[in-house]
Amino acid sequence: MRANVASYDVVAPETLAEALTLLADEPGVWTPMAGGTDLMVLFEAGKLPTGRYLSIHGLPELRGITVDDDAVTIGALTTYSEIRDHAVINADLPMLAQAARETGALAIQNRGTLGGNIANASPAADSPPALVAYGAELTLVSAAGTRTVPYRGFHTGYKQMDLRPGELIHSIRVPRRPASEGWVHFYRKVGTRAYQAISKVCFAACARLSDGGVAEVRVGFGSVAPTVLIASALEAALTGARLDDAGLEAAVAAAARHEVAAIDDIRSTARYRTQVSENLAVAFLHALRAGG
Amino acid sequence: MGKYVGQSVPRKEGVDKVTGRSLYVDDIVLDGMIHGITVRSSVPRGKILGVRFDPGVPWDEFVIVTAKDIPGRNVVAMLIEDQPFLADDVIRHPDEPVLLLAHPDKHVLAEAREHVHIDVEPLPAVFAIEDALRADTVLFGDDNVFKRFDVSKGDVDAAFARDDVVIVEGTYETGAQEQMYIEPMGMIAVAAPGQGVTVWGSLQCPYYVHKALKPLFDLPAEQVRVVQTVTGGGFGGKEEYPSIIAGHAALLSWKAGGVPVKLIYDRAEDLAATTKRHPSRTRHRTAVTRDGELVAMDVDFALDGGAYATLSAVVLSRGTIHACGPYRCPNARVVARAVATNHPPHGAFRGFGAPQSIFGLERHMDKIARTLGIAPEELRRRNLLATGDTTATSQVIEEAIDLGAMLDDALSQAGWAEKKAAFAAHNADPANTVKKGMGLATFFHGSGFTGSGEVYLASVVGIEAGPGGRCTVLAASTEIGQGTNTIFSQIAADALRLPYELVEVAQPDTARVPDSGPTVASRTTMVVGRLVQDAAESLIHTLRDAGLLGADYSAEQFAAAVDAYRERFGTLRVYSKYKQPPGIVWDDKHYRGAAYAAYGWAAYIAEVEVDTLTYAARVTDFVAVQDIGTLINPLLAAGQVEGGVAQAIGWAVYEGVDWRDGHMANNQMTNYIIPTAADVPPIRVYFHSVPFKYGPSGAKGVGELPMDGPAPAILNAIEDAIGVSLNRAPALPEDIMEAMLAASSQSEAHHG
Repeated sequence: MRANVASYDVVAPETLAEALTLLADEPGVWTPMAGGTDLMVLFEAGKLPTGRYLSIHGLPELRGITVDDDAVTIGALTTYSEIRDHAVINADLPMLAQAARETGALAIQNRGTLGGNIANASPAADSPPALVAYGAELTLVSAAGTRTVPYRGFHTGYKQMDLRPGELIHSIRVPRRPASEGWVHFYRKVGTRAYQAISKVCFAACARLSDGGVAEVRVGFGSVAPTVLIASALEAALTGARLDDAGLEAAVAAAARHEVAAIDDIRSTARYRTQVSENLAVAFLHALRAGG
Repeated sequence: MGKYVGQSVPRKEGVDKVTGRSLYVDDIVLDGMIHGITVRSSVPRGKILGVRFDPGVPWDEFVIVTAKDIPGRNVVAMLIEDQPFLADDVIRHPDEPVLLLAHPDKHVLAEAREHVHIDVEPLPAVFAIEDALRADTVLFGDDNVFKRFDVSKGDVDAAFARDDVVIVEGTYETGAQEQMYIEPMGMIAVAAPGQGVTVWGSLQCPYYVHKALKPLFDLPAEQVRVVQTVTGGGFGGKEEYPSIIAGHAALLSWKAGGVPVKLIYDRAEDLAATTKRHPSRTRHRTAVTRDGELVAMDVDFALDGGAYATLSAVVLSRGTIHACGPYRCPNARVVARAVATNHPPHGAFRGFGAPQSIFGLERHMDKIARTLGIAPEELRRRNLLATGDTTATSQVIEEAIDLGAMLDDALSQAGWAEKKAAFAAHNADPANTVKKGMGLATFFHGSGFTGSGEVYLASVVGIEAGPGGRCTVLAASTEIGQGTNTIFSQIAADALRLPYELVEVAQPDTARVPDSGPTVASRTTMVVGRLVQDAAESLIHTLRDAGLLGADYSAEQFAAAVDAYRERFGTLRVYSKYKQPPGIVWDDKHYRGAAYAAYGWAAYIAEVEVDTLTYAARVTDFVAVQDIGTLINPLLAAGQVEGGVAQAIGWAVYEGVDWRDGHMANNQMTNYIIPTAADVPPIRVYFHSVPFKYGPSGAKGVGELPMDGPAPAILNAIEDAIGVSLNRAPALPEDIMEAMLAASSQSEAHHG
């Protein structure tokens, strides 16, 4: 352990109200800490900035999964294990269950949270592409009140997001996408090994098929841009398209290649990420044809 | 076979390990102990101008050691004395130790280290083997060559001039590989003038550390004591580097006036600073008849030794001797060189140079087969060494081996013919984006030290009989997870005709055990195990000669005899010493003769899937057929094969060191990817056991053999699956993509 634990101050409030008051009273002082699965890696390496951390992991108001007819609402502190094992999520939002299953090891899944995954804002996170593809909404809470924003657009730049000082992510509302209504789900996480790998490319797409065509489609990429990427060009190429259109394959490939902004880093190359993004977009089209 | 040899008896230390009772070095706390840390260079090469300490840190609370504090000689005693314990004026790699700090509170050390600055005037650095060979920048001697070996057999040039041969050429490369033992390295030292030096730690070779500490402190042998603590894996990685950590911990303790100092590496430091498998480059030029008979092999083999010579010469030696493989070829030439670069020194890792040269050869054998239109298994079958044939070093194979039968067995277990046909049909369908393939390798691995090495080592093993007839094996061979304690106890119990429970193995401690040589080179079972057997038999003779033991005896009668002997003479302890088997003649000057007393032999087959969307290769089945002589403990032997294959799967398709200016940039387990259980297929292990006359109960070595064959077999299988040749291990998805794209643009150009 390269960090000196004496240089850190951690406070763990018992209620959400208490936490929000602390954040409001001393703006910019506190860094919220949920499961800590990202922060503790930095801590071990001696790279976590010293200072004051607000442990919100125990706040009961931010936990749990509720289901209504249209959507599943997931408390920000719901763990990957809870998401992975949830029956309705597995049935109607299988990409979220799969993302949870493929994030880290079991110990990380027991500790890491969906809200933490969003707020850590890593472009390599595995859940955000699925949230983009499902058109999720975030409820944000502060001492001043609550507001709801679409997840698409929440991340504004590398590690930047539409989260105001004093604000915490309260919950994530995800519209249900049952197969019975024509929804097709396609998720691929690409790491160098089968499990316990950080994504080099992550692809999540969800489309509603109707009458041989694509009625509605949303696609998110991970690890190919400074933030989770909303694949608007790919969505545009597919929306309203006929699946038997012979030119569709080339259009899909070109759109994917055009819109990813991948880089070389310690885990992979820009060339690899771009090529695999294109391959997965085409594989998604093939899956739509097979499922349509 | 005795009562225990040949049985999968439980591990001696197994229960302690799985219940957490074993104490690893970081579990040990001594009174008044303080903690050490290492300050390293950050540039690959340069002149040290000075060291600066930032103000604001209470430096008077720290013990600070530099090269100036060394009481003896600042050199790590190994083969060539070129590596300092602490760099004094020149930096030769980016993780070189320069200064040591110690403090009672371990939590303040990492931050304090950030406040020490080593000012360096950079010098041009060299990282690639070919650049080192070109010697535009000279790092070592006048040509950067640490060591060169030449092997010559027959007349290679005349053979290449024949008009009935096809000449096949190829170049093959392998990358560095981290041992990734589960326990990072560490040491505790107590050292003070007048009191000598004692170290406890995670290590493979107690007498190597002992040898290194004597000149460092200018002390006689009896004032240096090295004790191995329970060790969480080594794989060669703890062969030489522990000498440096032991020296560092001891230097801090010495300067602190004898206070115990603990120096433990975290994973990031262990990955960046300690030795890895040597990167390699092998060029093959082979003359072969059209029906596949090898006529001449011309091999140029090169290793990146890193910044200091360390063990590179011996790693190179093993790679050289294995470079022509288990094939009959009348004419052979191998030119082998280990070169200096500005990487941290590369070192021992399971296989020790053989996996590198065998990788080149077994990929090249597939290329020859493809060139001639002969099936790869058939090409090998036509050239396999048999009893009475000679190797490239002109050693006559006297073991009764049948490698062809092992190959046939492997082909049949793998379902080779049926699967090859099914995969070809599967791959032809463009709708199948996951392609399948199979590949094989046939190979051998010499057991024990090369040539006259064992004679020079002159290993000694003792057995002591104590109260109640309890016997203790005294050897410097270490248990590092591979089963030394268990194997030695089985061999001794059978030789003594005593229950397994009455035999134990002493903790390796240079104050108590004789030098039975290093725990390396697949020698522990075959060479040291035989000495255990000899010592045990000699102990029985001693009791019989004293008239205390009859021809047949019970454990109780043995105990009574021991008690009587001890009463009369004091201690009952006997030693055995290594004797070279007859007919082992090795010419070190010409690199010719019997390189090893015995070899392990093997035929391995890998089955892979390559996902053409993600370019990831996954091993889906693995068949490992080998002859390692008599099995002392079948479960442990199979475990060695499974572990070796898994480690080689990592080397083949997962593990890439990301070098940046000579420093490992991905020095975290998150970014240096080793396979997990989800990436390793069922490994199907089969033994053909031909006893080796001079091994204990006929056993040979096993530890390294399984590391040699899998990587080329896997890359052969990848080529079978996708029709694209990859000639560098590891073949990461990025590499496979580049090779596939290059092949498809070439074929478009060709057809277009």
